[in-house]
Amino acid sequence: MGVFDIIGPVMVGPSSSHTAGAARLGKMARVILGESPTEATITLYGSFARTYLGHGTDRALVGGLLGFAPDDLRIKDSLKIATEEGLTFSFVISEQAADHPNTAEFSLQGASGNRIGVTGRSIGGGQIVITKIDSFKVEITGDYNALITIHEDKPGIIAEVSRVLSQENINIAQMKVARQFRGAEAMMVLETDHSISKQTLDTVKNIYGIRSAIVILPL
Amino acid sequence: MLEIKYIADLVIAADNAGKKISEIVWQWECEQSGVLAESIWEKMQARLETIKISAYTGKQQQGKTFNGLVGGDAYRMAQTDQLLGGTVTRAVTYALSVSEVNADMGKIVACPTAGSCGIVPGALLATAELLKSDNDVIIKGLFTAAGIGTVIAKNASVAGAIGGCQAECGSAAAMAAGAVVEMMGGTPRQVSQAVALTLKNLLGLVCDPVAGLVEVPCVKRNGFAAAHALVGAQMALAEIESVIPADEVIEAMNQIGLALPSSLKETSEAGLAKTSTALSITARILK
Repeated sequence: MGVFDIIGPVMVGPSSSHTAGAARLGKMARVILGESPTEATITLYGSFARTYLGHGTDRALVGGLLGFAPDDLRIKDSLKIATEEGLTFSFVISEQAADHPNTAEFSLQGASGNRIGVTGRSIGGGQIVITKIDSFKVEITGDYNALITIHEDKPGIIAEVSRVLSQENINIAQMKVARQFRGAEAMMVLETDHSISKQTLDTVKNIYGIRSAIVILPL
Repeated sequence: MLEIKYIADLVIAADNAGKKISEIVWQWECEQSGVLAESIWEKMQARLETIKISAYTGKQQQGKTFNGLVGGDAYRMAQTDQLLGGTVTRAVTYALSVSEVNADMGKIVACPTAGSCGIVPGALLATAELLKSDNDVIIKGLFTAAGIGTVIAKNASVAGAIGGCQAECGSAAAMAAGAVVEMMGGTPRQVSQAVALTLKNLLGLVCDPVAGLVEVPCVKRNGFAAAHALVGAQMALAEIESVIPADEVIEAMNQIGLALPSSLKETSEAGLAKTSTALSITARILK
């Protein structure tokens, strides 16, 4: 924690958790999709579900999907801008209890047909955690550079990825591996202190057993 | 490396170095972030620019915010200063303005939170106008406020959901009071007295917003708390001392926050949020 956590963040109001955090969730979902979304269904839980209209949470989530930062004044008009930019969206208000009161679940389709599910929570002060990508449980805060891989669940792949990173002098801050079941696909999230170049990403993609890999910049 | 855990740490570090608390906090931020001192200063300067825009726009705006609950009060407040005098009137006006901008999805600097974002700007900008001081004085004030806020966040909380409104508007008023004392030429000890006096008198304040929105009572409370901060600052400058020291007041706030039921901590399940007027507003806005 530093002085700019107290005198900050700079944000569009009215709420750091329900507006700024929501914008970051949307932006992170867009980054994980890897392209501009054309279709979005967003399910809201808990306090998000109850108070989203009054806090502009819907506008912030959609603004984030359009790539707007939490201090972007266009957030207020994002629902209109989304329609202009070819993003069709709908909201589902869930009565179900969630693990955390401020949870949003995105089901996205991108311009090139990519489909992905992203779930995240807004944990206060504009901070967020992405907790699920498709069926994989993850933990991504957006505070770090991150590398996400989908790979075959077999020995040696994780070691090979970390070898590539260490060769480039990239320090791993946090790491989490999840799989659907033994021998199926697995997902790895590596949060790093240093940025990951396009070249390093390509090297990772070429590792035998890696199905796909993306890099996420800090929000 | 400099450790800032308590208000007393700030006072001792400043006294030992013959510096102001703002300088100690600036130096601490350099050490703990590894960022150059000038870059940190420039970043704070940029935040001040955003703060100023949000503090000055409300005076011209008479319309309601998009939920229709608040708006136009900064404008109304600016029309007369016959009772409170210029400085307090301006502090309240600016605090209302920043909070109205926040409620209307405009750009603000959370300070320490969005719900309490008008208090530090209101008190500091009004004081700077009184002193005819330049931006540098206000930026130093923001560092002092940040140091106080850091201590409160470490030992209690600045989140309404955890500590109630005392943690948001109480903390913001304490931050503002300490910063104003330093801007007025007060000593580090007087800064800590302003923190103690100001926070002490907002202890127990609950967070019971109508319809869960950052509007009622939040916007007007920002105005009240800005004036409250100036009272605390003037008491400290007059050498009035709090019987309970600042760090103990902060711990008391922490304990009170823990003891408050969750219905009074940003859940809108009690208090103002359950009045009949609030319930009809809730039904209208949240459908």
